[in-house]
Amino acid sequence: MKKQSTRRRILTTDLPVFMILIVAMAPFVWMILTSLTPTAVLSATGVSLTPAGWSFDNYTRLFAQTSFLGNMLDSLIIAAGTVVVGLVVSVTAAYAFSRFRFTGRKLLMLQFLLINMFPVVLLILPLFVMMRKAGILDTHIGLILANSTVAIPFAVWMLTSYISAIPKSLDEAAMMDGCSRLAALWRVVLPLTMPGIVSTGIYIFITAWNEYLYALTLGGRNVRPVTVAIQTLIGEYQIEWGLLAAGAVVGALPATALFLLVQRRLIGGLTQGAVKG
Amino acid sequence: MSVSTLSPGRSMAKPKLLNGRLLPYLLLAPSLVVTLVIVFFPMAQAVVTSFYDLVLWKPNATKFVGFGNYIKLLHDPVFWTALWNTIIWIGLTVPLQMLLGLVTALLLQREFPWRGLARALIIIPWALPSVVIALMWRWIYDPTTGVLNDILLYLTVVHSAVPWLADPHLALYSIIATLTWQGFPFFAVMILAGLQGIPRSQYEAASIDGASSWRQFLHITLPGIAPVLATAGLLRVIWVANSMDVIFVMTGGGPAYSTHTLPLYAFVRARQNVDFGYGTTIAVTFTILLGVVVAFYLARTMREVER
Repeated sequence: MKKQSTRRRILTTDLPVFMILIVAMAPFVWMILTSLTPTAVLSATGVSLTPAGWSFDNYTRLFAQTSFLGNMLDSLIIAAGTVVVGLVVSVTAAYAFSRFRFTGRKLLMLQFLLINMFPVVLLILPLFVMMRKAGILDTHIGLILANSTVAIPFAVWMLTSYISAIPKSLDEAAMMDGCSRLAALWRVVLPLTMPGIVSTGIYIFITAWNEYLYALTLGGRNVRPVTVAIQTLIGEYQIEWGLLAAGAVVGALPATALFLLVQRRLIGGLTQGAVKG
Repeated sequence: MSVSTLSPGRSMAKPKLLNGRLLPYLLLAPSLVVTLVIVFFPMAQAVVTSFYDLVLWKPNATKFVGFGNYIKLLHDPVFWTALWNTIIWIGLTVPLQMLLGLVTALLLQREFPWRGLARALIIIPWALPSVVIALMWRWIYDPTTGVLNDILLYLTVVHSAVPWLADPHLALYSIIATLTWQGFPFFAVMILAGLQGIPRSQYEAASIDGASSWRQFLHITLPGIAPVLATAGLLRVIWVANSMDVIFVMTGGGPAYSTHTLPLYAFVRARQNVDFGYGTTIAVTFTILLGVVVAFYLARTMREVER
């Protein structure tokens, strides 16, 4: 009886899940296999499916012959900068939204939600003109600011829900003991919200790392993040899929690894709003 | 005003500044100032630009044309093609993502030994940069060396290699398949969270009453996750409508205009022709159209905030 139910479970659950997972993972696995196949083999017989035909040739070329490491540094500076700007500016705003009831609160919250929905394409052209005038086109600062258009509203909303989850009585107790509002925020609320702040920061990092359109339009020459750099790996006469795949794998790795690291907590926060609905 | 009401106010003067009514606004100030500069000002700029004939490298030729760009837009066949493509794009991608996400969530909700691992791995397509996704699928779709054609030829589903991205009748659907693949984990994860909110006792009661699992799904599961489906669906519509980077890298809008969506058209127009006035007009029009969906979403979310 028990054996039969196990077999049934395998047929109705394990197997379908396995198939969906294959669909979800196969393209990326294919990319990894492509990156491990040397270019000569790739054009002669196609992607090597067995370890016998693998080599790190494409990766060696990627780091030795292209500026990929420098591009990763650009991406790192931009993503980390966006995290700092996004979090610093948003923490106090989130605290205000969750602890005070003031005139215009709803409207201002709505405003931040609205910004999140703005099409990138609407902002990208005026930002280009503005940054050209300000002389920050193709700089790290410029791209950090551009990415902040997405990061700030997102961080404000996430942090508001995280801070709201901390009982008000805690900051009230701290204030009773002589703390000012800001001291209560700094000493009581912030440490308790740290897990939320960290996952919001990581999410911002991932989005900024993966961002492409701003990077292409507002950067690209002096400052060239990996997302733009990967595309330039396309060869002059024919597409070098092996090299391209190596770049794609390396470029996708930091964000994917971070994502897997924090996904449970992150998804908890992201879905909270939807679940309550 | 009497002295007695005034004096405590005076003695509290300093803490009042920091604890009083102004404080929330002071706390909000940094984020408001920054968003004003990098979001609202450019947005206003965009609206203004859409009334001008502005080509970036010819600043002296700039002239005010009023609604001229908008009238031009209405007579632009590419605009209508792009609008229609955008509708197909959203109308197919979002329901497909939702359906696949629902099936995945229902499966991942069941008990099996490696559930944790499966839940973690399913999210991978969503975490990848869209450039990587676009290039990856270009490689898979490649007419001569792509693996998709290899597989289909091997299975004799097709008899000759299909030019997935070069055929104007197929290109849009090929990209829709890619985006469905990219976005379904988002739905799966959201729906999974919704499923976990449905009390088990409801299913137990239903199975005691002899309800089949299909009826349980219709009368307990679906109503239970309906709010999640609505919110996630609206969010996705907005997101899918906006996401043009995958299309841009995969086909650049071609062949001909077969994969142009509105945001892509705006971007390509401004980028290649440096025609900022007209490009912005397309972007503004697109934003207004999208605004209808956004309004629905905002109304839903703000109801939540009030509760």
